[in-house]
Amino acid sequence: MTEMDAETLTFVPKFPRGVRLKHDEARQEWVLLAPERLIKCDPIAAAVLQLCDGKRSLSDIITALAEQYKADPGVIGRDVLALLNGLKEKKMVQL
Amino acid sequence: MSASVAPSPSVGHPIGLLAELTHRCPLACPYCSNPLALEGREGELDTSAWKRVFTEAAKLGILQVHLSGGEPAARRDLVELVAHCASVGLYTNLITSGIGVTEKLINQLADAGLDHVQLSIQDSEPGSADKIAGYKGAFAKKQAVAGWIKAADFPLTVNAVMHRANIARSAAMVELAVALGASRVEIAHTQYYGWALPNRAALMPTRAETEAAVADVEGLRKRYAGDIVIDLVIPDYHANYPKACMGGWAKQFINVTPSGKVLPCHASETIPGLEFWNVKDHGLDDIWHGSPAFSIYRGTDWMAEPCRSCERREIDFGGCRCQAFALTGDASATDPACYKSPYHARMTEIADADSSGQPVDYIYRRLPANAL
Ligand code: SF4
Ligand code: SF4
Repeated sequence: MTEMDAETLTFVPKFPRGVRLKHDEARQEWVLLAPERLIKCDPIAAAVLQLCDGKRSLSDIITALAEQYKADPGVIGRDVLALLNGLKEKKMVQL
Repeated sequence: MSASVAPSPSVGHPIGLLAELTHRCPLACPYCSNPLALEGREGELDTSAWKRVFTEAAKLGILQVHLSGGEPAARRDLVELVAHCASVGLYTNLITSGIGVTEKLINQLADAGLDHVQLSIQDSEPGSADKIAGYKGAFAKKQAVAGWIKAADFPLTVNAVMHRANIARSAAMVELAVALGASRVEIAHTQYYGWALPNRAALMPTRAETEAAVADVEGLRKRYAGDIVIDLVIPDYHANYPKACMGGWAKQFINVTPSGKVLPCHASETIPGLEFWNVKDHGLDDIWHGSPAFSIYRGTDWMAEPCRSCERREIDFGGCRCQAFALTGDASATDPACYKSPYHARMTEIADADSSGQPVDYIYRRLPANAL
């Protein structure tokens, strides 16, 4: 899935068992924890992943971020999809 | 609890805690990384002591806890400990041999919030696997356990330690892991400390076998890309550079033994003269910042040449202190796995001599009978 078609927008991204987003108090940053892996999130990734609650669809997430950052939903959509597709390949997100 | 130690600003936060809940284990693997002097049940930390350790670990910035042993399922409070880790926000990884694990336990652990399971498998050939483990039926039992782990929807890592008896089946181990539904497989060539050191002559594969095994596994990476992550731990005895042991001494990891001794790495008790502190006497924060065993080889100040002026000193931190001691008698020496070590040639000679000798029997890993 690489294109932002109508069907894609209905997908609900979520973390599989064994992958957890966590705010790391000691280092003051968001981290994605997975088996023997640890990914530090930049502020954008942290904003996207915090919205991946297993309820919101891609469309909901993009709308929320576009409002929050006062940005073009098309641009946000491409960034969100690139991030989530990358994590999906690492089995850290289900789409 | 001791007086608080002022944190040294150069000391960061640890990431991982290896909690050796017990040294009891039904298996007897001759490469077991536990120390030769295994700790018996009577000295083990109790449930509340472990809970305190986990709470302190989370405060100290630890993110992931590896519940290990021995066989952690030998602890009756395993589910309670996992639930506690989850409640303080720690990511939990169970490192198990599968023996003593029931389907019910797997489901209880899932409910308690366990995140990931790592299952060890000794060989892809049942007879050989049982012989290595020193336990009849171990292989079959592990197949069943893998099924329960997958049925509970856990991500599964299969861990395979490679040595002379199974090295020809390195690729088959990866295929077995795929068949069991693992999302990750660790093909780990034996590291020679703990029980593996006295068993070195029985375990050491030849250079040709090692090279073929590494090539076989590398060859599978492409085929299984997207299906399984293959982590290959390259054997030290055939390498040019050492590994960044533990990601650097006292930099990322803390190891707590069954009786509460806190080590910078699980093999560090093999180095004589180190002063380890115990969680019974000190808080984890104090130990991380103040324990002599942690400070002694932290960073790069302790290094001698050739490491001191080497451009890789912040990459591999001079390699493994335990291996340096085992092979040179000096724990602050350059790890002989490094080609710049004056002992590097000797390391190769040892490997060649051990691997070409007649087959020797294993010295199986056992607790003294009275400690079970
Ligand atoms: S390596 Fe083998 S003997 Fe050692 S703890 Fe693991 S399963 Fe038990
Ligand atoms: S000399 Fe020391 S720091 Fe340099 S590569 Fe060898 S072990 Fe690493």
